[in-house]
Amino acid sequence: MNGTPAIITRSLTRRFGELTAVDNLAIEVGQGEIFGFLGHNGAGKTTTIRLLNGVLEPSGGSIQVLGLDPMHQGPQLRRRTGVLTENPSLDERMTARENLTFYANLYDVPVDRVKPRIEELLETFELQERADEKVGGYSKGMKQRLALVRSLIHEPELIFLDEPTSGLDPIASKGVRDLIRHMSQEEGRTIFLCTHNLVEAQRLCTRVAVLEHGKLLAIGTPGELGERFGHRQRLEVEIDPATRALALEKLNQMEGIYEIAEENGVVSFGGGAHARVPEIVASLVAAGVRIHRVTPQEPSLEDVYFALHGEQTEMEAVR
Amino acid sequence: MNWRAIRAVIGKDLKVVIRSKMIMGTTIGVSLMMLVLIPSILSAATLFMPEATTNDIDEIMAMMPEELKGMFDNRHPAEVFFEYAITYMFAPLFLIVPLMVSTVIAADSFVGERERKTMEALLHSPITNWELLVAKMLTAWIAALVVSLVGFVLYGIVANLFGLQILGYLFFPTPMWLLLVFWVSPAVAAVGLGLSVLISTRVNTFQEAYQTSGMAVVPVVALMFAQLLGGLYLSNVFALIMGLAVWVIAAAILWFGARTFERERLIARL
Repeated sequence: MNGTPAIITRSLTRRFGELTAVDNLAIEVGQGEIFGFLGHNGAGKTTTIRLLNGVLEPSGGSIQVLGLDPMHQGPQLRRRTGVLTENPSLDERMTARENLTFYANLYDVPVDRVKPRIEELLETFELQERADEKVGGYSKGMKQRLALVRSLIHEPELIFLDEPTSGLDPIASKGVRDLIRHMSQEEGRTIFLCTHNLVEAQRLCTRVAVLEHGKLLAIGTPGELGERFGHRQRLEVEIDPATRALALEKLNQMEGIYEIAEENGVVSFGGGAHARVPEIVASLVAAGVRIHRVTPQEPSLEDVYFALHGEQTEMEAVR
Repeated sequence: MNWRAIRAVIGKDLKVVIRSKMIMGTTIGVSLMMLVLIPSILSAATLFMPEATTNDIDEIMAMMPEELKGMFDNRHPAEVFFEYAITYMFAPLFLIVPLMVSTVIAADSFVGERERKTMEALLHSPITNWELLVAKMLTAWIAALVVSLVGFVLYGIVANLFGLQILGYLFFPTPMWLLLVFWVSPAVAAVGLGLSVLISTRVNTFQEAYQTSGMAVVPVVALMFAQLLGGLYLSNVFALIMGLAVWVIAAAILWFGARTFERERLIARL
């Protein structure tokens, strides 16, 4: 982390009646960092963004964002932050240019900068051709891109992105990921990225926090978290069908291998951590299994939750 | 106050309103019907009024307050009916226009914004609660005043065109109508938008908001019936006092409405 953290929360809590949407959250996000906030829908990600940007009042705890108190200095803070909301939140009865001009005025972008800034962003996000069409006719991906443009119109220091690649095709998703990296690495902006996509978080983020039911389950670099749930890594091994029985027998004998499944000559199993791959392959080959291909499966968010819950259960058992 | 942000919200909301067929259709349709079509039909009917209806006019005159009777004494029944209808009978109908316009636009602006899911980005922007409230209220109020003014001009044209034929001279606007347009009507518009703000944090759809705040039309209709039945008539003094009363009511509603207009409440309903 460089210098003063961009975001500091201590015991941050937000309740809606009986429901605790954010529960005792304590995080620090460094300036220029891409901070991943990982969790399912309803985990408390959107509520956290609203709290951090001074739109919602916390039920308890403290927040400091860009050195400001969001509850008492909301308008000053929001001038320096940009938000891509989960829903594009665009006025569909207006054109892209009209939507952007409206927000440029709202964010007090210098009058002489409004037009060039809009054109620059429309070009970057390839929206220029249809910029004078009403947004109602746009595809989901185009709306998402336009909403992203809107969040950048005033060149914010801190950007909250709520599921930025949702609804985008793989090429557009890659474009957005490249842009996020560029904004962080080249322009020094801080990115608070909410996502339920573990792979996206691993590829982009400097650090990741895992949230469940408003509670922080884990926080660390993708590498650190990977080590914690890496032992649950699944492997897919494509084998010669003639050696299927040998492979299954050998895997069943190996320690730490579980949930073995086989379909059309592809054996998949859990417990295939990165460090164990050479040993597993060598054992199978030694047993006479003919291997065509070995593919590590990307862990899902469920795997992470499962692994982290597993750790908690183990710790409780030790206690 | 960030007037640039306020101007931006007003400009955006007015642009969206103008593009909304439903809002424009309702606004123009109802205004034309009340201020041009019905007065024209009634005035045209007066031109061809058979003498046999004289007795009906006598009945209307019998119910009029003494002050009005004096004004209409010794005049042709057609003249009496025309001047009475244009000056007094339609006056409450005119008030429905600013009320309807402010209600429909405020409902679209406050609740419609949430319904269209455009509110969240707005709440994440630097505009303060107060600036947003002022901007949205001004949008509905300005629109209501403009439509009322245009409606008043059209109504005046109809009144004087028929007036020239029936009375033989230009008689409109009367001082009472000037009070109605520039004193009572802005207050009535403020009541309509105040009600919309007040209920905006309690309802979820534009239709609900419009229908609920549309209840404000009841006192206006009651005024019309009270006048028809001879209970009262819109004298200059009455218009002045009524305007003052409506302004007080509008101020109270707006004050309560402003207190409920908080980011916290608005976002909680998204």
